[in-house]
Amino acid sequence: MPVLDGLDVAVPEGTFAAVVGPSGCGKSTLTRLVAGLMKPDEGEVWLHGERVKGPRKTVGMAFQNPVLLEWRTILDNVILPLEIVATGMSRADRIARAMELLDMVGLTGFENKRPSELSGGMRQRASLCRSIVHKPDVLIMDEPFGALDAFTREDLWQTMRDLRRAEPFTAVLITHDLRESVFLGDQVIVLSGRPARTQYVMDVDLPEDRTLDSLYTPKAAEMLHILRDQIKIAQGRNPEEH
Amino acid sequence: MLRKIAVPVLAIVAFLGLWELLVWVNDWPNYKMASPSDLPPAFWRYKELFLTMGWQTLWRTVAGLLLAVVFGTAIGMIIGFSKIARDALYPLLVGFNAIPKATLVPVISLIFIGQHDFNTILMAFMISFFPIAVSVGIGLSTLEPEYRDILRALGASRLTIFRKIALPKTLPEFFGALKVSATLAFIGTNLVEIISPHGRGLGALFKSGETNGDYPLMFAVLIALAFLGILLYYAVIILERIFAGWAEREAS
Repeated sequence: MPVLDGLDVAVPEGTFAAVVGPSGCGKSTLTRLVAGLMKPDEGEVWLHGERVKGPRKTVGMAFQNPVLLEWRTILDNVILPLEIVATGMSRADRIARAMELLDMVGLTGFENKRPSELSGGMRQRASLCRSIVHKPDVLIMDEPFGALDAFTREDLWQTMRDLRRAEPFTAVLITHDLRESVFLGDQVIVLSGRPARTQYVMDVDLPEDRTLDSLYTPKAAEMLHILRDQIKIAQGRNPEEH
Repeated sequence: MLRKIAVPVLAIVAFLGLWELLVWVNDWPNYKMASPSDLPPAFWRYKELFLTMGWQTLWRTVAGLLLAVVFGTAIGMIIGFSKIARDALYPLLVGFNAIPKATLVPVISLIFIGQHDFNTILMAFMISFFPIAVSVGIGLSTLEPEYRDILRALGASRLTIFRKIALPKTLPEFFGALKVSATLAFIGTNLVEIISPHGRGLGALFKSGETNGDYPLMFAVLIALAFLGILLYYAVIILERIFAGWAEREAS
């Protein structure tokens, strides 16, 4: 049985798409397809006018697990992608680029620490820096904030928002958190249960410069309500039930 | 730093004291159990033999261990990366490891007749490669896919992924196994030196002590072997500090 079937998602260049859906519906498979780590049995994935046939240097990835290398310092962890895709870049330029990002996420002064010396939220910040250090066209995130506590998660949402303002990239975020999808997304895509297809697409009608308070406006509440109902449908439940 | 040296030294002194006490209280004669105070004269009397034969044992053990590192790592990589190779090789490896190596001494001394150094090194290798192969194999096969994906998504080659991620991530397991293998390799060397005597190594010295009924000498050989074992073990620890020191965490 296919994991994804009839999935049709278009993410306009430079926008942020949040993908939500019931557990086990194939969201992670979607990220692996977009990243070129997996080939679709049927159908196609296109990125920036090119068909994805395998891994490409212009993709960034972040996971729920920050996947930092314990034997490297935070700085050297952030530099890692540059060692693969920017082989001609000098060490000094790599350091400058990494420090610029570390500064943006508030990790200045921690660049020489080991990952084990940092808190979970800080590790995830470093992981985000690593995922965009090589200026990818597309950033693919598979529940990057899922393992963090609620307040740290909200801090990271704001960091993500600020990073996007400073560095334009197209983003696909897989999440289970509806508030997160509305806060970060330009559009929210709801996937159905397995096999996953596009069930519902919502354009997020909130101001560009949203703050956490924007989530407590009537408009946000209305959108969250609609999404909640869509999730229930995706789970195969009646939206009228509570 | 002082405590780091003082604690193990005190433990050794306490052990020797207890040993001396045990022999003294039971009034055991030398042929039953030599006491630590009998050992320095034995070492002194045969000091040149201890040095030359100890060196023979040490270099052949280290050579066997180096072979074990090379082949063990290679086998570990094969079973770590290929599921088919893993299924095929595990029963063979476990079976081979289960064979008491003492039974192989006559076999290899017949195949490579007279090649004493080679036989000894071969035995040290055969007895010590298994832990290395298994732990490298497990280290590689249990690498979380995300670790591979962060580089694979950028189009990195398998070799680059191995060099930058899989290899360093496996180092702590590798050194854990190397500590076990280092002491095992001495057992291999001495099996050949004792079972197939050719007049070289501490095993030969032990054998001659047995022939002459020189019990303090036999015990002195055992202590010398323990000393060499400790020496090699700490050499491995130093290498571990250098190459995998990051894996050590401060006890909280």
